[in-house]
Amino acid sequence: MTSLADTKVKTIALIGNPNTGKSTLFSALSGIRQRVGNYPGVTVEKKVGKLHLKDQSVELIDLPGTYSLAPRSPDEMIAVDVLLGRQSKTNRPDAVLCILDASNLERNLYLLSQILELELPTIVTLNMTDVAQERGIEIQIETLSERLGVPVIPLQANRGRGLAELKEAISQIPSQPKREQHSPFPEEFQQAVGELKTFIEEQEGEPLPRFLCERLLLDTSGYLKEAALTKVTAETETKLANLRTKLSEQGHPVPGVEAVSRYTWINTILDGLVTRQERTKKNWSERLDSFLTHRVFGTLFFVLVMMLIFQAVFSWAGPLMDLIDGGIGGLGEYLAANMEDSALKSLFVNGIIGGVGGVLVFLPQIFILFLFIAILEDCGYMARAAYLMDRLMFRLGLSGKSFIPLLSSFACAIPGVMATRVIENRRDRLVTILIAPLMSCSARLPVYTLLIAAFIPSYTFLGGWLGLQGITMFAMYLVGVVVAVLVAVILKKTILPGETPPFVMELPSYKFPSLKIVFYRMFERGWAFIQRAGTLIFAVTILIWAAAYFPQQTGDIPTEYEPRYIAIEDKQKELANVDLTSEEGKAKQKSLEEMQETLDLDLAAYQLEQSYLGQVGKWIEPVVVPLGWDWRIGCAVIASFPAREVVVGTLGVIYHLGDEQDEESPSLRNTLRAATWEGTDQKVFNVPVALSIMVFFALCAQCAATLAIIKRETNSWGWPLFTFVYMTGAAYVAAFFTYQIGMLFV
Amino acid sequence: MKTLADCKVGTEGVVSQISGSDEISIRLLEMGLTPQTKLKLLGKAPLGDPLEIEVRGYRLSLRKSEATRVQLVS
Repeated sequence: MTSLADTKVKTIALIGNPNTGKSTLFSALSGIRQRVGNYPGVTVEKKVGKLHLKDQSVELIDLPGTYSLAPRSPDEMIAVDVLLGRQSKTNRPDAVLCILDASNLERNLYLLSQILELELPTIVTLNMTDVAQERGIEIQIETLSERLGVPVIPLQANRGRGLAELKEAISQIPSQPKREQHSPFPEEFQQAVGELKTFIEEQEGEPLPRFLCERLLLDTSGYLKEAALTKVTAETETKLANLRTKLSEQGHPVPGVEAVSRYTWINTILDGLVTRQERTKKNWSERLDSFLTHRVFGTLFFVLVMMLIFQAVFSWAGPLMDLIDGGIGGLGEYLAANMEDSALKSLFVNGIIGGVGGVLVFLPQIFILFLFIAILEDCGYMARAAYLMDRLMFRLGLSGKSFIPLLSSFACAIPGVMATRVIENRRDRLVTILIAPLMSCSARLPVYTLLIAAFIPSYTFLGGWLGLQGITMFAMYLVGVVVAVLVAVILKKTILPGETPPFVMELPSYKFPSLKIVFYRMFERGWAFIQRAGTLIFAVTILIWAAAYFPQQTGDIPTEYEPRYIAIEDKQKELANVDLTSEEGKAKQKSLEEMQETLDLDLAAYQLEQSYLGQVGKWIEPVVVPLGWDWRIGCAVIASFPAREVVVGTLGVIYHLGDEQDEESPSLRNTLRAATWEGTDQKVFNVPVALSIMVFFALCAQCAATLAIIKRETNSWGWPLFTFVYMTGAAYVAAFFTYQIGMLFV
Repeated sequence: MKTLADCKVGTEGVVSQISGSDEISIRLLEMGLTPQTKLKLLGKAPLGDPLEIEVRGYRLSLRKSEATRVQLVS
């Protein structure tokens, strides 16, 4: 006798076409109780949630949105493997929940017809019944359910309507299905699949699921042979070729037979079930679409939307980031004032608090970008944006879907890389991820601003409309874009080769975005960033702090500073006998404070110089000299590995000004202008050196956060490593030529 | 043979067949462009490519190069 618990389902897979509201349904069913991870070896995200029913709890696996279960790549294979229980670290689902778009039932049933062949208990849920109604589409749900042989539940996932009925249906699923075998294929094809199944069982020594045998027969790309079989012999090839030839002779050519059979089946299922009201005029979604994809107005609207997004991520995030910086800085100052000087204090103030700040500071940009992306996705404009931009991106061997991730990378590559999720094609997505960090992000601005203000003369042309400083800034943005285009082309020709993927995709109908979903997605992305990239960014910041802090000079003041230290002590003694309220006392007090301060700054610079970081800086000097840099610049560049903008503060410390310097500080500007090579009076900085540093920063991968997020999105250490190596290499070469060529004109 | 790529905006037609048997052709079939299916060319993107069509009651975008595979009944 089996206990009650055994007869209930434990795991359910959720699957559906893109744009059917699948993620919304997933969140509505599992709430915030979800685990996000990756499937091994692929870039597909694994989302698992818990669904609580009256007397049981069910594991819900969210499978990637797809139009068809016909895998041609490892990423597409995941859904099939999970559904057939071939994915080792994922529980085999006891049932499938398939979400269909009621307003586009015909095409959505294609995926369902494949799922019904898996011989798993299935529940169909018809989402967006409101949109369908609005468009005059009436569906007889009971008859549909009878014809399909599975429960069909109408739903409006964004409003939470129909959820109770759906949960009830899930709790009713029997664990042992008694469903007739479904196949939309003609008799001859089914026989061929049976023949292949027997053949493979003999070859492999164990049976292959019928669904995979069918796919094997249909798959002309050759991928499935490698993925599903342990060995592919000449006999296998002959068998497949013979079966296909025979089918072709019988009038069922592979691969065309699949779509023809399934759509014929769909027409039988839907026959007389769906009524459409004849419409004389276009509905609002169609009218909106003819405006939004219009040659002139559509383009104008697109440019406006993109400017708004860019402006928002670029400038609106600024005040929020300052707020986070200020809060973190305040905490640091509080600790600095209330702790004894020690390694622990420095660890807290400069390491830990800096590290936390380094993670949190990205949140405003991530939130704002994903607020917009969620709105665009939910209202249906995202697909149109890709449609409008496809021709342009196609020239780079990419598709229109890469446009928004790349555009947002001009503000910050982190949300940009995270936004590549919309690109289903793995190769396109990887190329976009790899070139996104080349877009000049807002963290490069302080570097550009500082060096341009200090070294580029403020000549203007055309009556003040065009300035040399502005042109230099623009050139830096251009350098990034040009290199990105080159890299995209090279990547497509070398390590990521292949045909440009098809742009055959649905343009969903417009709808009003749901606030709940928009905010949910926004926070989900922010949380994913903290969870998956936060620790790494934090660790790198601590590492760089340690490199600059250790080895700490112990006890004795270095001999060269001793006279000044003694002078200060003498002054203190002297001051003890003077009335501090008198004019003379105040002046002496002030001069003592100044002496103390300069000594502190000099000691900080000395500490950095003899720290591991300083040692490394000196050690790599021969490498950076061809770029026109001295060891101090090299050292500042290394210190800026966690984040580019840190270079400004580090230059401040190295040049004895303290770490409070920012790109607007006149003293830092003047100090850089006056800096000389150690032991000589030759100036370190001139225009070629400044340009060489700027070009280096335009192209380098000095951003631990970006590398961390690339690791998270690609699910491998190889790609962030590759990004770092190629960007640093390109940055070095470009800086080298900038300096060497620049010096010819000086 | 007339293909979808040759059509003017507003043209209505019927698919006769999809040429080729690679990933792109399979995708076109999966999206419902099977023989005898009616379709209508709704518009083109501002740069003349991709195209937007109506098929089986929904809107589909595809590039011109992909549309050359969609042969129409003349």
